[in-house]
Amino acid sequence: MTADWHTDPATSMFEPQPQPASSSELPATGSPGPRPLAGAAEGAAALEPSREVRLEGLRAFYGQAEQVKGVDLTFKANNVTAIIGPSGCGKSTMVRCINRMHEEIAGARAEGRVLLDGVDVYGPSVDVVAVRRAIGMVFQKPNPFPTMSIFDNVAAGPRLTGGRRPKGLEQTVERALLGAGLWEEVKDRLSEPGMGLSGGQQQRLCIARSLAVDPEVLLMDEPCSALDPIATLKIEELLAELKSRVTIVIVTHNMQQAARVADSTAFMLDGNIVEVGPTQGLFTTPSDPRTEEYVTGKFG
Amino acid sequence: MSVASVPTPPGAPTPPGAPTPRLLAGGPRRRRRKLLNRAMEGTATFAALAAVAVLLIVVGSVLLKGLSAIDLDFFIKGPAPFGQSGGGIANAIVGTCLLVAMASVLALPVGILIGIHTAEFARPSTASAIRFALDILNGVPTIVTGIFVFGLLVAGHVQSGYAGAFALAIIMLPIVARSAHEVLTLIPGSLKEASLALGVTRWRTVLTIVLPSAAGGLITGALLAVARVAGETAPLLFTSSIASTLISTNPSQALASIPVRIFELSESPSPSDHAQAWAAGLLLIFFVLLLNVLARALYGRAQRRMGAS
Repeated sequence: MTADWHTDPATSMFEPQPQPASSSELPATGSPGPRPLAGAAEGAAALEPSREVRLEGLRAFYGQAEQVKGVDLTFKANNVTAIIGPSGCGKSTMVRCINRMHEEIAGARAEGRVLLDGVDVYGPSVDVVAVRRAIGMVFQKPNPFPTMSIFDNVAAGPRLTGGRRPKGLEQTVERALLGAGLWEEVKDRLSEPGMGLSGGQQQRLCIARSLAVDPEVLLMDEPCSALDPIATLKIEELLAELKSRVTIVIVTHNMQQAARVADSTAFMLDGNIVEVGPTQGLFTTPSDPRTEEYVTGKFG
Repeated sequence: MSVASVPTPPGAPTPPGAPTPRLLAGGPRRRRRKLLNRAMEGTATFAALAAVAVLLIVVGSVLLKGLSAIDLDFFIKGPAPFGQSGGGIANAIVGTCLLVAMASVLALPVGILIGIHTAEFARPSTASAIRFALDILNGVPTIVTGIFVFGLLVAGHVQSGYAGAFALAIIMLPIVARSAHEVLTLIPGSLKEASLALGVTRWRTVLTIVLPSAAGGLITGALLAVARVAGETAPLLFTSSIASTLISTNPSQALASIPVRIFELSESPSPSDHAQAWAAGLLLIFFVLLLNVLARALYGRAQRRMGAS
């Protein structure tokens, strides 16, 4: 199947997504939510992709070493889910498996299934490049392209992933920058180099860059750990608005941040998910003793 | 600093305010150590100065001996007819420019592609094998390269600018490939990650994100390769030495070149020819110096830009 997640990257993020083309190999799961099936008998309501991500039996290896040891987790659509856990527990590795960035490392591989809207991104006929357009990623250290202006940075996604010259590039860039909360600050200097911005602005530029290709999911790997508290706050406020458009998965070592931004939180330890649930519940009345030890700061 | 050590009877406590005697121990050992230090420093400094001095002597003597022969004719006229003095090396200047340009057209794209392959796409074992091969190629004496190209392209045919350029390209290739590889591996992985995570294909990432960021270093490598090859004589002796005295831009025949011309002029009995040889040498030194300075300036600028990220 040609996993053509989005037919036109220039489409507004606010408008309902056009359905992906023929998805005849859907697994017969009993998953809730609309399935992206062209001409579905389910009715015209099933136009919007559900944006739900499910991990089933996910295992990740660096060579022989197993870092993620069988994870089953669901990221609810249009929610912010935080992954917390001590250093080295496999949070970043797990998240990198979702958009198949993990396999870019030499000798690294993943097993199991990662389902986006019910389709396994590790499926045999799935295009890795299309997966990464649908699942964007923001990294720990802001990494705007150094040789490009602010405009070119945001436009890089549509330009380099679209076939022909993408239409309506300026509108796309504006919408992306608005979505990242950066438009007002840079609208008069779009041609200035992206590296000239402050750290927090650069990170929001990276968010805008990811938004410009209209993803369904945004993965954020400790996005604020390199930023000062005010920049961090700005990005956290952003997440509350962004989640109406994309499902957000945020890896954080900062439990207060998880408490502030996340609808649900998953606690990970040694490659396994120990506990997952609504954030408030996880922090106030955790069911697992290990969770309680971690959130009360006994280790980590 | 010579502070007299306070003589304290052994065992007695040091009087308050007086420095600890052990720290002030003077004596012959300390003096010898200082002498040794000074001697080593002096030797190292002398060696460094000697190297600079050699450079200055070489450039100085070329300057002195060659300056007299430099006039306008030197640049715009070909060699004077046999027996006459005057004339210049215009044909050699044009020839060198053409030969180096053609060699660059051959070696630069191929070298950069090799660098991209070893830095981005090859497995580590393959990459180091290729780089080892390139290092060996770099070490092949240029006269051997010249004989090789002679046997390949010239024997049984005629000398040509194409053959000369090909020989020069073989010499340039490892330099370009090596420096391209090093510059590309310097590009931070976070850049490539950012691009891949956007859904950009690998080759497009290399072409549109990595290469522009590496441009400064790539140009540096190119300039250094050109500087190296502009003065190569041996390969051209076999492939492009019997050249006309007219200014020629026809590469299907032998082209004159500055290094070969220097060699020819030095063999001549006439002193004015010798002076011209010195002058040509001066031109060559100047050209190479200029390229090296440019290369360093560009590399410094590229480094600063990378460092800002």
